[in-house]
Amino acid sequence: MDKIRIIEVKESIFADNNREADRIRAELKRQKTFLLNLMSSPGSGKTTLLMRTIEALKDELRIGVMEADIDSSVDAEKIAATGVRSIQLHTGGMCHLDAGMTEQGLKELGTEDLDLVVLENVGNLVCPAEFDTGAVKNAMILSVPEGHDKPLKYPLIFTVCDVLIINKIDVLPYFDFDLDKVREYAHMRNPKLKIFPVSAKTGEGMRAWTDWLRQQVGEWNREEI
Amino acid sequence: MHELGIVFHIIKTVERVGEENQLSTVSSVTIQLGEVSGVVHTELADCWKWAVKKTELLKNAELLIETIPAVTFCEGCDTTYETVRHGRICPHCGSGHTYLVQGNEINLKEIAAC
Repeated sequence: MDKIRIIEVKESIFADNNREADRIRAELKRQKTFLLNLMSSPGSGKTTLLMRTIEALKDELRIGVMEADIDSSVDAEKIAATGVRSIQLHTGGMCHLDAGMTEQGLKELGTEDLDLVVLENVGNLVCPAEFDTGAVKNAMILSVPEGHDKPLKYPLIFTVCDVLIINKIDVLPYFDFDLDKVREYAHMRNPKLKIFPVSAKTGEGMRAWTDWLRQQVGEWNREEI
Repeated sequence: MHELGIVFHIIKTVERVGEENQLSTVSSVTIQLGEVSGVVHTELADCWKWAVKKTELLKNAELLIETIPAVTFCEGCDTTYETVRHGRICPHCGSGHTYLVQGNEINLKEIAAC
């Protein structure tokens, strides 16, 4: 038998994933396509918010959606009804998407002729935060019934996100949810975090969020490499 | 169950290193986990046992885990303290302006192979 040798690697296990994610971003830049990674807990109103966002922007932007789920196509069917191109990604039991899976999805969707692609990540506040998907910006939704202490319990996702959308503000009177506390806790973890309180159901606050997104897409797709 | 995803990433990296170094059998893989990396050791070990069997290079490879202690730095009084014991609030001065110095690592340290 050959002699056993020790090979020192000394790198984060996410290093390969991060390199892959950088490659995806460079390719998207070349194509002038903006990828938004949308994360949240299950039941935060992600699909409803996404449908509202699509309605507001679909006349100006060519939009595509990738719905990631462990195993079902319920969300993809709803999104398809809005008329934008969408595909369902099944993670096969995994709780998150990594750069490799995202790349396969982008290929399947076909992104060359799209301005904006939204990746609806698996409903989960822990694992998706650890894997860079190659997205240009990361957004998360926190809904009022989930409580204002989430930035304390799941700090990593608040650190990696550029945007926090606080959804279901129409039910604020019925919950002990303190908007100022969320702002304080979230900014403690990430001072640069943009916060948009909205109700995807009533439409309140949605304008500020879609304006921000439109501007980001415009900047990314216009800038020279 | 992000442990499964983590295991897949370890295997992928080991396979790449294996190819670069023309390895035929990996006997052990040593990883370093920070105390607050959020990885459950027993889950990771279970996923490992299941996943390596599906590979040629790592089918008998053992997973060795080293722990990196979590340390937090306090901007209020310029000192460090044990994260797991005291959390986010500095035990010396009571300040909340603190950040993690080390302890969230998930690193691949080394591979023993022939």
